[in-house]
Amino acid sequence: MPSSILLPPSKFPLRGCPKSLVGRGLLLAAMIMVLPACSNLGVEPWERDLLARPAMEIRGDSLDSAFDDHIYFSKEASSGGAGFSGGGCGCN
Amino acid sequence: MQLDKKQLLALATASLLGSAPAHGENTQGEALNRQDDNAQAATSKWRMETGLLYYDEKERVTAVEPVFAASKTWADGSRLSFKAVLDSLTGASHNGASVADTPQTFSGPSGKSSYTVPAGEVPLDDTFKDTRGAFSVQWSGVPEDGRTWSAGGNVSAEYDFKSLTVNGGFSQEFNKKNTTLNLGVSVERDWINPVGDSPEPLSLYSDQLKAAASEDKIVTDLMVGVTQVINRSTIMQFNLGYSRASGYLTDPYKVVSVLGLAGQPLDYLYENRPDSRSKMTVYWQARHHLEEDIVDVSYRYLSDDWGIRSHTLDFHYRWQAENFYIQPHLRFYRQSAADFYRVNLDVAPLTPGGPLVIDPATLPAEVSADYRLADLDTRTVGVKFGMTLAEETELSFRLEYYQQSGDTKPADLDATIFQVGYSFWF
Repeated sequence: MPSSILLPPSKFPLRGCPKSLVGRGLLLAAMIMVLPACSNLGVEPWERDLLARPAMEIRGDSLDSAFDDHIYFSKEASSGGAGFSGGGCGCN
Repeated sequence: MQLDKKQLLALATASLLGSAPAHGENTQGEALNRQDDNAQAATSKWRMETGLLYYDEKERVTAVEPVFAASKTWADGSRLSFKAVLDSLTGASHNGASVADTPQTFSGPSGKSSYTVPAGEVPLDDTFKDTRGAFSVQWSGVPEDGRTWSAGGNVSAEYDFKSLTVNGGFSQEFNKKNTTLNLGVSVERDWINPVGDSPEPLSLYSDQLKAAASEDKIVTDLMVGVTQVINRSTIMQFNLGYSRASGYLTDPYKVVSVLGLAGQPLDYLYENRPDSRSKMTVYWQARHHLEEDIVDVSYRYLSDDWGIRSHTLDFHYRWQAENFYIQPHLRFYRQSAADFYRVNLDVAPLTPGGPLVIDPATLPAEVSADYRLADLDTRTVGVKFGMTLAEETELSFRLEYYQQSGDTKPADLDATIFQVGYSFWF
């Protein structure tokens, strides 16, 4: 299993990672990002009290974000990052 | 929104049963708010969000933008959302020309009207007026084994610009829903019909040579991201984005000043940008729950093949009280100039004492004097006040001050952002 080369199970138990995932031909970049996440990060389902609060939604306040994206798209040379970079506007 | 113990218990149960949607499933910029989903996963109601944005630049553009959005999550976890935006712009926009010691006269893009800019002032085209309408829809399917597919689209139209976007996304949860992998693709097609047709790139303004009645471009975006629960009070997101635009990327209304030996304006050239742009973004965001308050920090790095590099740092602090919150916001942005940005072009004699020509040494194949492609620093300082009314109805107000500064006078800009939001279940 490729994962045992990258992350020895003795040191970094792949807690909660479905076995079918490991070794699947996902993008290398995705693997690099996902594998460390499968170590000791995260919580048990009964520890989600704070995370479940609407204000903890990582992409919450979408109306604010959409307004901001539109303003900064038309005033600066950068866009995207959190989401797609298209603006759908002429913004001359 | 404050949850009581009963609601928290219900949430924990929902999580145990695996029915609560995971955080950050959507990477799409247009994807609508998942707010309150966790608490209302199986509601039969629609979440309605309405907002009005008022954006006002000192002496330049004023925009009024009403937004209406509706979203619903079904008991099986599938979700549908719509959004309609109307965007009304009036005012003046920098036409690219540099500030001169003498008055400068320009004809409007239609060629029928003209405007004169007083000496020492930023050349602003005050014929600028536009109304844009946009509509988007986003759908995400029934999550299966932590796997969710999504798709969406956006149409937008203004008098000289039409846009059509389709997007698709895939997300997979791992590790007890603590890790979510997000993949997204978006393709945008734009049609540009400049007022008075598109000018011949790099042609003299005085010649008014036209190139075409319509232009177009395609923008393709690819995103890969991971949302990770760090611990009981912290969640993070990390995204890599790649975007490629090809086609007509020039601004048909922008010119570049051609200055004489004494620095006086002789004429102007219509700008010309490359016909493709590839950019890459790295984005990181963290949201952390303190005792009651919430801190959110994000950073974005952007790099493109026009030579632009930018850094964006964004910070929110949500001070939570019983039935309301106050949320200060700070944003800092810095970009370096595009390789083909020039403040103006100079002339020089072709041979000693000969006729003056635009110095070949200063004329690149592409050139733009749009200050938005120059070295630029911007700052945003603002505060949002939100209050919970009956039955999870929220009313909010946001007031922000946005400031741009650069190496030239056109880059110095101040704007006020005011927003009212009202959301409710229907």
